[in-house]
Amino acid sequence: MAITVLSSRRAALNKLDTKGSPYLYITPFFLLFGVFGLFPLLYTGYVSFNDWNLLDGGAHQWVGLANYREMLHDPYFWNALGNTLSIWVLSTVPQLLAALWIAHLLNHRLRARTSLRMGVLLPNITSIVAVTIVFTQLFGRDFGMVNWLLGLAGIGPIDWQADTWSSHLAISIIVAWRWTGYNALIYLASMQAIPHDMYEAAELDGASSGQQFWRITVPQLRPTIIFTTVISTIGGLQIMAEPLLFAGTSTPTGGSDRQFQTAALFLYEQGFREFRFGYASAIAWTLCLIIAVFAIANFLLTRRIADEE
Amino acid sequence: MTALAHPPSTRAPAPGPPRPARRRRRGFGYPRRGSVWTYAALLAVVAGSVFPLYWSFVVSSQTSEAVAQVPPVLIPGGHLFDNIARVFDSTDFARALMNSLIVSGSITISVVFFSTLAGFAFAKLRFRGRKPLLVLAIATSMVPQQLGIIPLYLLMSKIGWTDRLAAVIVPGLVTAFGVFFMTQYLGRAVPDELLEAGRMDGCGTFGLYWHVVLPAARPAAAVLGLFTFMQAWNDFFWPLVVLQNNATVQVALSSLASGYTTDYTLTLTGTLLATLPILVIFMVLGRQIVGGIMQGAIKG
Repeated sequence: MAITVLSSRRAALNKLDTKGSPYLYITPFFLLFGVFGLFPLLYTGYVSFNDWNLLDGGAHQWVGLANYREMLHDPYFWNALGNTLSIWVLSTVPQLLAALWIAHLLNHRLRARTSLRMGVLLPNITSIVAVTIVFTQLFGRDFGMVNWLLGLAGIGPIDWQADTWSSHLAISIIVAWRWTGYNALIYLASMQAIPHDMYEAAELDGASSGQQFWRITVPQLRPTIIFTTVISTIGGLQIMAEPLLFAGTSTPTGGSDRQFQTAALFLYEQGFREFRFGYASAIAWTLCLIIAVFAIANFLLTRRIADEE
Repeated sequence: MTALAHPPSTRAPAPGPPRPARRRRRGFGYPRRGSVWTYAALLAVVAGSVFPLYWSFVVSSQTSEAVAQVPPVLIPGGHLFDNIARVFDSTDFARALMNSLIVSGSITISVVFFSTLAGFAFAKLRFRGRKPLLVLAIATSMVPQQLGIIPLYLLMSKIGWTDRLAAVIVPGLVTAFGVFFMTQYLGRAVPDELLEAGRMDGCGTFGLYWHVVLPAARPAAAVLGLFTFMQAWNDFFWPLVVLQNNATVQVALSSLASGYTTDYTLTLTGTLLATLPILVIFMVLGRQIVGGIMQGAIKG
């Protein structure tokens, strides 16, 4: 009898193990995301309705929508938002087109295939800080290589930090340099999954390689193009480290006239230099909303465009 | 580690001697053979990728005077070690390197362990709500968590973790990407028969994880570990906020670069030092990293 009790207890334990343990194994992820990912984001909403100043030891007072009202009337906020969109467009569109082209190049039978792929990916494994520092030196007004090269063509010298257009261009190049190769490898992976006989059939019909690229490759890559566009949007609208470091000082204003301060950098300035946590939270939530809207719009738009191809 | 499962498609047919009849008729046999122009264009792209890093090496081996020359000097000089010594003198760079090593090392071990565990559950165990929970886990990677930074900071200062490495380590202990990556891999790489056999031998589910799944997951775990280490090493925004007086290497680098007078030989030497560990990993295991990105992409 002792044996039956033991074995039935064992069976119960076994059942508990098979039924229950999967939940136990996935709990760490959801727990951690809840505590350090989701909760802070939601709590940002609460903080944004308060006048919350860190210098007063976290004392706060409910002010309703005052932070949002202030934000909508703050020219610095609109400036930062405009800069963000400009840098996002300038960096994302050429980047994804270049990635498509590089992926197309890599999608040949090549010698030293792995080395070429590694070479293309190299920028992505270096840190944003390192990349921005090197490029800031290259874009230097007096001794930078970019101005030297432009000087050979009779252009310049350009003070890259000084103007809106030049600073946006430089920052976009930094962002695009770091991400193009990564996106190219993602496109390449999808290109390799396209059945070869589609090309062979097109070839028999006399399609040129350009036609094959636009009529077969691009439509077949549709899901991947949507994916990379959405991901680049979510990342691109949160750009912060590049403009912070591009200024070359520790002031997070994005240049003397805020000409390249992004929304995320403005958030950082208000939160961790001015210590206005309530106001910074209002910016954060607004930015979050904008990102959501843009990501969804992008998803719909790229799907539509790819459909029409 | 070299047994890493490249998808068969990346192992394209070797450009070897077979199929001579097809080779002559250009355009047949895919993918096409790369032409001279393909190579030229790709080499130009690779040169553009490599140049900024090469340049940081050139600058860090020069004196400040040499860097301020027009036209620029393109060949490394002999002052690398002087500059390295200056970096270590001017900031507590050794400590920053150590901090980054501790942070990235702990995060890597933990991400691999917990992601494999969750991936095992999602890929190989049957339980209610498995599909929706997996979708939810993947969807969390779309959430712009960076924007929750203010309450996160409030939380850390409440529990006294500001300037402590735990503030950076703990939130990174398991990632959505890791869970997704391991779920994909284990679904392919671990046959159900193997798990059945393990159960016959009296393994509980954790026993299966420990004795069957973990060993089978090694190739993918290596790739995930590399990614995670590099990401943690390169992380900047959150450490900048929460570790003001106990910098990681990226934070130390940023303060080196934002002095009132910028000394480029100094900052670019710092950049080189901070990039070197990642570069070494990439040189040795770049093939796996490339393979990992391309695998993750297929269903992405």
